[in-house]
Amino acid sequence: MNTTAVLDHNAIIVDLPESRDLPDAPTQGGVSAAVPKPLLNNEKTRRFKAYWPGLWAVLAWGALAAVTLGIPDKGAGFSDDWPYTREFGVAAAVVAALWLFLSIAASFRTWPRPVARGIGFFRYSLPWLVVSALLLAVWEILAAKTGVLEPPFFAPPSSLIDAYINNHARLADSAWNSVKLLLEGILWGTTVGFTVGVSIGWSRRINYWVHPILRLVGPLPPTALLPIAFFFFPSSHSASVFLIALATGFPVAILSWSGVAGVNKAYYDVARTLGASRFFLIARVAIPAALPQVFVGLFMGLGASFVVLIVAEMMGVKSGLGWYLTWAQGYADYVNMYAALIVMTIIFSSLISLLFAVRDRVLVWQKGTVQW
Amino acid sequence: MVIAEAAPHASSARDKGVSTASRISVERVSHGFDTSSGERLEVLEDVSLEIAPGEFVALLGPSGCGKSTLLRLVAGLEPADAGSITQDERPITAPDPSRIVVFQDPTLFPWRNVWDNVALGLEAQGVLKREKARVDEALRKVGLEAFAKSWPHQLSGGMAQRVALARALVNNPKLLILDEPLGKLDSLTRLEMQSELVSLWQKNGFSVLLVTHDIEEALFLSRRVVIFSPRPARIVAEFTVDRPYPRHRGDAMLADLRHEILNRLGLGQSW
Repeated sequence: MNTTAVLDHNAIIVDLPESRDLPDAPTQGGVSAAVPKPLLNNEKTRRFKAYWPGLWAVLAWGALAAVTLGIPDKGAGFSDDWPYTREFGVAAAVVAALWLFLSIAASFRTWPRPVARGIGFFRYSLPWLVVSALLLAVWEILAAKTGVLEPPFFAPPSSLIDAYINNHARLADSAWNSVKLLLEGILWGTTVGFTVGVSIGWSRRINYWVHPILRLVGPLPPTALLPIAFFFFPSSHSASVFLIALATGFPVAILSWSGVAGVNKAYYDVARTLGASRFFLIARVAIPAALPQVFVGLFMGLGASFVVLIVAEMMGVKSGLGWYLTWAQGYADYVNMYAALIVMTIIFSSLISLLFAVRDRVLVWQKGTVQW
Repeated sequence: MVIAEAAPHASSARDKGVSTASRISVERVSHGFDTSSGERLEVLEDVSLEIAPGEFVALLGPSGCGKSTLLRLVAGLEPADAGSITQDERPITAPDPSRIVVFQDPTLFPWRNVWDNVALGLEAQGVLKREKARVDEALRKVGLEAFAKSWPHQLSGGMAQRVALARALVNNPKLLILDEPLGKLDSLTRLEMQSELVSLWQKNGFSVLLVTHDIEEALFLSRRVVIFSPRPARIVAEFTVDRPYPRHRGDAMLADLRHEILNRLGLGQSW
């Protein structure tokens, strides 16, 4: 075989004198027929290339483990030892080992697609992995090892483990109650707000009667109505649902309204000449055209609903994360408060993410939307 | 038969019964608006116009003269203040899918893909489930079947206007109302689309009422050019363009007509 192949990293240079000299290549097709199989002779293959940056994550988490386990605790009230310091250190070491494992895995190039995607995400997150370990280490040192951040207002990250293990039932119950209350309120608020918004955007008569009320009551912070609502409603639960619905419904109504009112009139002309009924104009023209605005309203309403939820739970409802915060505060149990705050951010952030995921699905036709 | 006399080129479409053409009569129509300052703005003054079934009529006039208002009245989007407009002897009181407007902007619904945009009329009339094939056929007519799943924002101006045409054609209109449909296209796309319009018209046999301010376009496309005065618009002249289709842009007779029309519009010196 007098074909010589020179493989470079990027380019394949094939020297192909006469195709009939190739034993099993088709007689035509040139280059593609003559590309040799990989792994010929002593050529350099790209199957393995050490992923050195991964070691930074290993080092950072290893350092966190070393700091946590190596330096003795200081100043945790009655005794110097914070609970779960050992477990926290061991966990950090396990995480460091995991990064080592992933770094080695990332050095190989021949993974199937899902694994390769996971490794890609690891590479992408690497700077954050390093920085988060360093921040945790600084926090651990300041709170547990030197006592610069004093208890009870501050607690080391390791002590959060204590809060989650010993209070997980109460915390999970509170979180569940909060989510239930929140979703109930949001559902009502969104439904009513959307209906009202579309109605006043569409019908001049409904606009005449509802718009002034909306204008007057809307800007009132729902939390200001809290005492009255607790008095008028049969239960603190229904009062809270009402207030959350109010908080969500106002921005949804305003933005649905402006969405419907702002629909390009030419769309209606087009639909009418094509034979559209009144219902078709509302359901197939006005509402789809208004949806981008409606989602802005939902985003704003969701934010407002979180505020009302927590305040309502702090003031009157006897369960939920807001209630948990005041309960922990009553015992000066700030560790549990941090624990609850973390759960709260996760829940609220997930809800917003969910909203944006739904929006991206519903509004795929849009280009250049707000990113979350 | 009236249709046969007016649209001899449309025989194939007529044989299949796909589309027939309407006769439109505009009789002594006047129309105006109340401006925001409370004054009355007369837009159309005593306009009478007859479109024979299968005829291609172009309205030409200075911009802002009220041509588009006349189109809206014929489409049934607004009632005329005075006078009568009839379609095949029946008064026009509301929009109807037998008279479809194509506007200067394609006004595709951005939340619907190309296929769903074209399907709009059939969906609004409640016949889409049975007639899906008509949507595919309309897309084929304008050469966009490969773009059925695209979003409007992914289309070029010419493609979007083609989709708007398909959205009109799918309804088998008896009258196609074109409100400067090529006004915003670049000049090359424009020439191409003019030829396409002619062949679509010849294949389908509907009547066409076209508003344009491009004299060449009017002469290339239509059998009759109606000249409007500045607002309030009156008809000041009519020219019959008695040339066979497809026409040639270099046709000397069209050039002569063009000169005459320019004269009529007071722009003869620029010739």
